[in-house]
Amino acid sequence: MGMAEAILLTVATAATPLLIAAIGELVVERSGVLNLGVEGMMLMGAVAGFGAAIMSGSAWIGVFAGLLTGALFSLLFAFLALTLVTNQVATGLALTLLGIGMSGMIGESFVGMPGVKLRVLDLPVISDIPLIGRLLFGQDPFFYISIGLVAGVMWFLFRTRAGLTLRSVGDSHTSAHALGIRVVLIRYCAVMFGGACAGLAGAQLSLVYTTQWIENMTAGRGWIALALVVFASWRPLRVLVGAYLFGAITIMQLHVQAVNMADLVSLPGPLYWLVSVLKSAPSQLLSALPYLATIVVLVIISRNRRLTIMNTPASLGRPFVPDR
Amino acid sequence: MKKLLMAMAASAALLTAGGAFAQDKTKACFIYVGPIGDFGWSYQHHQGALEMQEALGGEEKVEIAYLESVPEGADAERAIERFARSGCNIIFTTSFGYMDATNKVAAKFPDVKFEHATGFKREHPNVATYNSKFHEGRYVQGVIAAKMSEAGVAGYIASFPIPEVVMGINAFMLGAQSVDPDFEVKVVWANTWFDPGKEADAAKALIDQGADIITQHTDSTAPMQVAAERGIKAFGQASDMIKFGPETQLTSIIDDWGPYYTERVKAVMDGTWEQHDVWAGMAEGHVVMAPYTNMPDDVKALAEETEAKIKSGEFDPFTGPVKKQDGSEWLAEGEVAEESELLGLNFYVEGVDDELPQ
Repeated sequence: MGMAEAILLTVATAATPLLIAAIGELVVERSGVLNLGVEGMMLMGAVAGFGAAIMSGSAWIGVFAGLLTGALFSLLFAFLALTLVTNQVATGLALTLLGIGMSGMIGESFVGMPGVKLRVLDLPVISDIPLIGRLLFGQDPFFYISIGLVAGVMWFLFRTRAGLTLRSVGDSHTSAHALGIRVVLIRYCAVMFGGACAGLAGAQLSLVYTTQWIENMTAGRGWIALALVVFASWRPLRVLVGAYLFGAITIMQLHVQAVNMADLVSLPGPLYWLVSVLKSAPSQLLSALPYLATIVVLVIISRNRRLTIMNTPASLGRPFVPDR
Repeated sequence: MKKLLMAMAASAALLTAGGAFAQDKTKACFIYVGPIGDFGWSYQHHQGALEMQEALGGEEKVEIAYLESVPEGADAERAIERFARSGCNIIFTTSFGYMDATNKVAAKFPDVKFEHATGFKREHPNVATYNSKFHEGRYVQGVIAAKMSEAGVAGYIASFPIPEVVMGINAFMLGAQSVDPDFEVKVVWANTWFDPGKEADAAKALIDQGADIITQHTDSTAPMQVAAERGIKAFGQASDMIKFGPETQLTSIIDDWGPYYTERVKAVMDGTWEQHDVWAGMAEGHVVMAPYTNMPDDVKALAEETEAKIKSGEFDPFTGPVKKQDGSEWLAEGEVAEESELLGLNFYVEGVDDELPQ
């Protein structure tokens, strides 16, 4: 396995949880609901996925447990924020706090236990194609799920009637309500989809990324996913670009720190120069680079103000009380 | 947003942690930078706290309160202050980044004792500092790494460029050079104490770049696990991580805080607590090496011999001749580094292939 291939594979592993969690939150926000509980739901998914996998011995059961737990946990948010119309920001934060604490409590006995790793796909011959073989055909199932989710969400939101309905609810819940659309029901479904995705992203962390349960193991990835959705101006493909950009720069900066410049003399001039400049940069700056670069790039591709306003769910975070 | 959240978590936890307080009980409070389940740094501090409680007569005599995952910075100050208000008699702040916050709060609560781990500021008479000479263990690890590595390259996952961490890298390097003068150490700064995913990524990057021994100065068990998956050897951090890599861990530096916490809380009970600065190592039992595993007998013998020499005081890891990274002389032949200089260490020794972030 060559260096470039090794790097690409780690990038995909790092980007996948961000992508899955962000694409779920994108659907939630498109329906006009702001759920800041992503971090908590991810942790619940991670602990449930890990626990179910070691108890059953099957990583796939862990995947479904993560998904289901995320969805069920998000129901709590949905009930409070949609049925009881509590403040969405506060409720989302509370969900994260609850998730951090509860996952730590549930997972107490799992700490230090060896996990069950989800097997990677290994197709004969085509997995061995240099560079892209392993990347496209030799990854863990979460990678394919994440790509499938992006495609599925794009199709659903922009090519189906149901997707149009969901977006209309997010843009103007009063108008949608006046048209007889069941706003709260649709939002319940969207929130649960987002929860399932966050749970799935958490399960990726404890079943693939680092095959173990450690308290608070998401270490802020839920917040990064939330930010990605906003900076991608609620467009699925841009979320994909953002997640991979973030993952790629995170991994590249680690490699830049570890590499011997002497091994790079065969690189083209400008690239060699770039690596040597980065290598002499302070590591604190390198650590901040994924955040900086992702924000800059996504702001640039979203610079068309008119389009951005069009894409922003106009009812985002606003409470909805149907007149009876 | 995350900070706000952590602050809220901190306040919420405090509300439940505070409350009950009886005068005849001594209340010892602990602030941890990571979760107590990290099986590393914070876990080990908490084990020390529990050992202290047990040794001083259990829950009847000593009440323990703690806060986990308190971010370094402004939130830490709020957390420490709430502890001080809630009736803690002594507060242990167990990460370098709590240094200024600890001193700031200490000024407002002269009757509460503060103990800050790994720091050097004692601006008020009620602030003491304590630390352990982890670098003694790192030197032993360097010796083992140079003996065990086939590639002659070790990967070092570092957290923040503070003297404590720089000291560890230097000691590791000197230990390795004592066996193989050309040994190479690759350093990757993760800029976090605890992020299992990022630590794992750093380990993978180092292994992909040719390292075949991994050592870490971050707190999670993730690097050990990556090393196990890739079939190479690694050193544990802060606690015995053998169960995360039964065929991977060579040894681990175990931080044993129990005796120190017992001594200090007892001093508070007896009214004999005084400000001090303690820096103890293997000799005092504050730094303990986990069993030497997964290595041939001759390497084990050499490691044990090195450990014994450091323990008995016969040898100090920072003994000259040692040159700085730029080739200038640091320690002359036979000269031993001053403790005060080590505690402010901000340069590498010769041979480290990294630029120190300032």
